[in-house]
Amino acid sequence: MPRRLRSVQKPQAIAAKPAPVEAPAKASKVATSKADLSPEVASDLYRDMFLGREFEEMCAQMYYRGKMFGFVHLYSGQEAVSTGVIRNLRADDYICSTYRDHVHALSKNVPPREIMAELFGKKTGICRGQGGSMHMFSAKHNLLGGYAFIGEGIPIGLGAAFQIRYRREVLGDETADQVCCSFFGDGTCNVGQFYECLNMASLYKLPCIFVVENNKWAIGMYHPRATGPSAGDEEPYIYKKGPAFGMPGVLVDGMDVRKVREVAAEAIARARRGDGPTLIEAETYRFRGHSLADPDELRKKEEKEHYQARDPIPQLKKYILEAGLLTEGQVKDIEKEVIEVVEEAVKFADESPKPEKGQLLENVFADPKGFGIAPDGRYRYELPGFSAGTAAVS
Amino acid sequence: MSASRILIRSRADFKAHRAASCASSEALRALSSYTASTSASQASDSTGLSDANSPDSKPTNFCSAVNDALHIALEQNPRALCFGEDVGFGGVFRCTVGLFDRFGRDRVFNTPLSEQGIVGFGIGAAAMGATPVAEIQFADYIFPAFDQIVNEAAKYRYRSGGDFSCGGLTVRAPYGAVGHGGHYHSQSPEAFFTHVPGIKVVVPSGPKEAKGLLLASIADPDPVVFFEAKMLYRTVVEDVPTGSYTIPLGQARIARSGGDMTLVGWGQQVAVLERAAAMVHEEDGIECEIIDLRTLLPWDRDTVEASVSKTGRLLVSHEAPVTSGFGAEIVAAISRRCFLRLEAPPVRVCGYDTPFPLVFEPLYVPSAQRVADAIRDSCRF
Repeated sequence: MPRRLRSVQKPQAIAAKPAPVEAPAKASKVATSKADLSPEVASDLYRDMFLGREFEEMCAQMYYRGKMFGFVHLYSGQEAVSTGVIRNLRADDYICSTYRDHVHALSKNVPPREIMAELFGKKTGICRGQGGSMHMFSAKHNLLGGYAFIGEGIPIGLGAAFQIRYRREVLGDETADQVCCSFFGDGTCNVGQFYECLNMASLYKLPCIFVVENNKWAIGMYHPRATGPSAGDEEPYIYKKGPAFGMPGVLVDGMDVRKVREVAAEAIARARRGDGPTLIEAETYRFRGHSLADPDELRKKEEKEHYQARDPIPQLKKYILEAGLLTEGQVKDIEKEVIEVVEEAVKFADESPKPEKGQLLENVFADPKGFGIAPDGRYRYELPGFSAGTAAVS
Repeated sequence: MSASRILIRSRADFKAHRAASCASSEALRALSSYTASTSASQASDSTGLSDANSPDSKPTNFCSAVNDALHIALEQNPRALCFGEDVGFGGVFRCTVGLFDRFGRDRVFNTPLSEQGIVGFGIGAAAMGATPVAEIQFADYIFPAFDQIVNEAAKYRYRSGGDFSCGGLTVRAPYGAVGHGGHYHSQSPEAFFTHVPGIKVVVPSGPKEAKGLLLASIADPDPVVFFEAKMLYRTVVEDVPTGSYTIPLGQARIARSGGDMTLVGWGQQVAVLERAAAMVHEEDGIECEIIDLRTLLPWDRDTVEASVSKTGRLLVSHEAPVTSGFGAEIVAAISRRCFLRLEAPPVRVCGYDTPFPLVFEPLYVPSAQRVADAIRDSCRF
């Protein structure tokens, strides 16, 4: 399987309506060019990827120390995808994530301390400590949520994209040129919602970008064992499903942030122009098990080593230094700053208060009166008889 | 003695009776003493297991008991299949370990992540005569398959006029609180399925129960949704008979005998009820009778009715939110059947009407303490 991990830019299958797909052909050549990143962009990309990695590795430590609970799925190894796509988005663009959502949130500029506090189940967390690892939401950052169930964020991103188009074309809001980017994995591409949404996105010509983070493994299921091969191939290629639904499909090396960035830029521009959705398949790899509870015994050592050698972070660092975009000292400064940020996040999370009990009953319905809160303003669980099952709870 | 129960219906009688109930544990026991002999005999018979204490048993945890049952099912029935997400390599909970190696990839296999597809596929295979055992990785993931279970599996026999059935199908799914599962790995969706005539809903409470009930579910001529208490997978070990045995569906088990109050639960909540019963026994001398319902659809009304008829008090407890939980059905049915024999309003001690919480799990779950409080309240009524 390593053989398919070239910086593959396969020719696009024919879309129902021919779509401009020039980007991929160029993408494989950019490596030779020195000037495809400015020092500012290079610095931003490197910082974001390094932050993603440091944050996740810290999560692992904290998880094993019992500081966080719930299932925790780490993103290490896949940073080039999050960074390459999300750092290309504007602050007012939307994203939908998965259960592996911490790093998407970081790339979308959610403060690391709030994410860490959420993971610690603290009141200062991004969702008041109420969601935990798989449920990162931030209205302020147009982060439409982590979705613990695979595929469930895709239709929701679709609805958001529809709303953008509606505001622009029906309500005449010229500023409504945002896009919505949904992330999901290879395993998700076998659930019905994926196909339903490709169809609707194409049918309504919505500003969607579907990003498949194909890390080859759906927990313990190797992708080619779970998915039938594409026509004429020996293996499955998810990007080829795009043209079947009338949108371009692009395959990109998800271990190379510059390539991801270029492909994403094209897809984002296309969506913003009103030319409809794009399906991007980014080939990537997670360096840890499915979750921190997964002993990761199923993937072969050689396979892991193969991808470790393609770690996107040292790759970018090497490029940055060779191209003279940043000095070694500048790179070190970035790393030092990020390490401090992550340590501060842990300290903040650790010292933050736990949520009050009453929060259990809040936010279930818009009006807590008569439900979580009794007419006298007290939480119902404080009323006599509540625990005995005799008090009204709804 | 039922006459005397009926007679204490005047307000004065009620007061006197309530005073007596509270007076002392002895008084309480005296009030309900007529029950003792019957419940003892029921308890020994109610396991449904003829060989429960046979020498051919060994200490087994819940997970291994399920695994054992699957091995037996695939061995006994060449048309039995076992599939689901990650099932081929043993499943995320290791319940299907060894099946792939022993029975091969034609009968034991991984599926893509596709719950609706998994169940639909199972229905089709069952309709063609196979005995599929499909696994949904977590009960929380069963909702994408809800349509297939409710609209197809449950009505397959009915709407084909009896031409077809998918009775061979068993859908296994681990459910319930586990301490850190959060919103999407802790839910108890059993009540949704009890609203669907045409399927059976089974929730075992321990390893011995799990093995016998799973084998019965697989053999049953109707499709079964089988919820496994994932908290118990590795935390409970019992002597489980090594061979094949079944426990009849639709028959409850009396897990503890007592004359003062009937506690009804299923799955992992039975252990909570046992702890609560031990607490009130020790501290207040209240003797609870615990009924492990085992099967929710069809449920064993007769056993619950018989118990409540003698105790006069009913408590139902489940982790799922209280509103429209299966407790409501039990309380409604028993209130009607036992109306004149009730000493106190039946109570439900359940999860609150909130999504299953992450940080607040200890507050949310119907703990032994909450159950014990409710028992005392009821006895003081």
